[in-house]
Amino acid sequence: MTTVDTNNLEPQELPRPDAPGVSHTKQGPPKPKKGSQFVFLRNSKAITGMIILGFFVIIAIIGPWIAPYDPDAFSDQLVAPPSWEHWLGTTHLGQDVLSQLLVGTRYVMIVGFTAGVLATILAVIVGVTAGYLGGWSDEGLSLLSNIFLVIPALPLLIIIASSLDGGMIVIAGVISLTAWAWGARVLRAQTMSHRKRDYVEASRANGESTWRIVLAEILPNLTAIIASSFVATVTFAILTQVTLAFIGVTSPTDWNWGTILYWAQGNQALARGAWWWFVPAGLCIAAVGVALALINFGIDEFVNPRLRSTGRYARVLRKRGVQARVGFTPIDRGTTHGGVAATPQPGSPPGGNSFAPEPSGEIPASTNVKG
Amino acid sequence: MTTTAPALTNATLQAADPILEIKNLSVDYGFGDDPTHVLQDVSLTLNRGEVLGLAGESGCGKSTLAYGATRLLPPPGVIRGGEVIFTGRDGVKTDILTLNDKDLRTARWRDFAIVFQGAMNSLNPVHRVGTQLIDAIKAHGKTATKQEARDRAAYVLEMVGINADRLKAYPHQLSGGMRQRVMIAMALVLEPELLIMDEPTTALDVVMQRQILEEITDLRDRLGFSVIFITHDVSLLVEVADRIAIMYAGEIVEAADAKDAYLRPRHPYTRGLLNSFPPLRGPRRELQGIPGSPPDMAKLPSGCRFADRCPFVMDRCRTEDPALSRTALKMSEPERLVACHLHDGKASEVPAELAIQAPQK
Repeated sequence: MTTVDTNNLEPQELPRPDAPGVSHTKQGPPKPKKGSQFVFLRNSKAITGMIILGFFVIIAIIGPWIAPYDPDAFSDQLVAPPSWEHWLGTTHLGQDVLSQLLVGTRYVMIVGFTAGVLATILAVIVGVTAGYLGGWSDEGLSLLSNIFLVIPALPLLIIIASSLDGGMIVIAGVISLTAWAWGARVLRAQTMSHRKRDYVEASRANGESTWRIVLAEILPNLTAIIASSFVATVTFAILTQVTLAFIGVTSPTDWNWGTILYWAQGNQALARGAWWWFVPAGLCIAAVGVALALINFGIDEFVNPRLRSTGRYARVLRKRGVQARVGFTPIDRGTTHGGVAATPQPGSPPGGNSFAPEPSGEIPASTNVKG
Repeated sequence: MTTTAPALTNATLQAADPILEIKNLSVDYGFGDDPTHVLQDVSLTLNRGEVLGLAGESGCGKSTLAYGATRLLPPPGVIRGGEVIFTGRDGVKTDILTLNDKDLRTARWRDFAIVFQGAMNSLNPVHRVGTQLIDAIKAHGKTATKQEARDRAAYVLEMVGINADRLKAYPHQLSGGMRQRVMIAMALVLEPELLIMDEPTTALDVVMQRQILEEITDLRDRLGFSVIFITHDVSLLVEVADRIAIMYAGEIVEAADAKDAYLRPRHPYTRGLLNSFPPLRGPRRELQGIPGSPPDMAKLPSGCRFADRCPFVMDRCRTEDPALSRTALKMSEPERLVACHLHDGKASEVPAELAIQAPQK
């Protein structure tokens, strides 16, 4: 199984953290607020991602109530382009596309997040257990995750989903069954690396129970990997679920973004030039993908303090035209940023802390060398 | 002036031949609006053939000074001003801070080499020691043929006291001390004129420390390079260095001849530092240490940075930052510099501990 490269989903039109219009949320060079507990929320990438995702979560909750029409209701306006009556036009049966989109968001979000949670729990249980216990349990669990890694996910999903014929929770369960193995492998590797470290050896020597070592000592160190694995799995689950709906494996009467695309495809929306039918759903999928990718970047920077300050400094450096490289310390003699040369300390004599000879004739110029 | 003529002549002779002049070097950590000014206008001169010791507590800016001068500070370090003049054997002066990338790469290792803190971990474990030495020689085009490079590598290895057949060894087959010596050999392989050693012996036991120090001193005498030796171990410096610069909170507070600094400290901090470890020779004395801890570099106090921990603190110290200048005993020790208000006035006002006179010759 492969993870979905969310970078490829990024269309140009979508807001990016460095795009004008988004960056205005932060004026001037970013400054760390001292004492803030929510370091994660200082990250502009994470903020952008959270805002986009939050928008869709809200739609998922209130979508069915704010939808202007019943998504199933027919009308006499067939394949009508966007108008004041139907903001995103209508389908071949005169159904309102906007209403379908709003109602369908809930399905997408529930399946995505349920599958993400289930797969992550599976990955943590299998991965950490295998990594910590080692030996035969490791061999067995590794074998299991390897098998799930090489099974082609989509055909398996199609077979299971079409035979079960269930609702969204069943679909989420089936998706999570194929999505956990990648996370389990990463967590196993990381757990193995932590198991050998001194702090774990020390707690083992102290007689801590295996449960406590795993839950209280090792697991907090894996938080970042678990979080980013969760986000990646949600992305995978949303895309898979949309794919299943698009090819018609799940019930075409349960509205979600995939079913909209399914009906649009089946009724030749593209050939008819009915772009309003499929473009909004596609953009929604892309936007959620971008949001999750941005959150993932944010987690990376949050977890790695060095990356965090690098991210914070990057824009300042670009503005000043300074390049920070290892082995070539940047030289910035500018005085606009409170440079030392511009602001001598009050009371400090000229020359400051230096070996330079004093101007008085008392000291020969040569003393700066010997001194 | 005339009374100190011999010393001055000596100083003047050496003054004609500085190898590295750091002038008003300022270094910040952080690129943002609120960087930490770690070094502010620090100047230091190193003479040809001299071993200069940089000493001070952890985090006082010793390594920052050396790495800043060679542009090796990792991000978020940034050089905010000053110049670093390197004078080659041919007398050509270059400002290291204005060199372009290519010239800087060439100058490194060939003109000045660095032995890093914990350098023994810098060896690549999958390559033989010899391969790594020869690689450096070839990268700088010092010798033409492979055989010459191999001979040169064997020569420097013998120089630091390792048998030449160890060229075939992998790093894990060598002890920590041997690996450290391989790194020193590697730094010397292109015959640099300046060697910067950042706590080269910290990870080693005292026996190995002594061996390596003796080797460095010996090699210095034979090859005539200059050394900047960074350590927090002042007793070590007294043994190896010709001159010592004591740093405190990003400033040089005292610079003196090694023996003078050790026997007759002029700055209260130097005295505190010297009282923090047992003397190598002489009568027993009580270890005192220095109460308190260094100031936060991001929130430096006004006035003297040592004021809060200084046993001789005066009102003036809280407001005025002392400049590095001559001691109160001016005429008798023209080569010494100290940054302390105690030495501004008359010699009689300096506390006795900080005004020990040199024995008359």
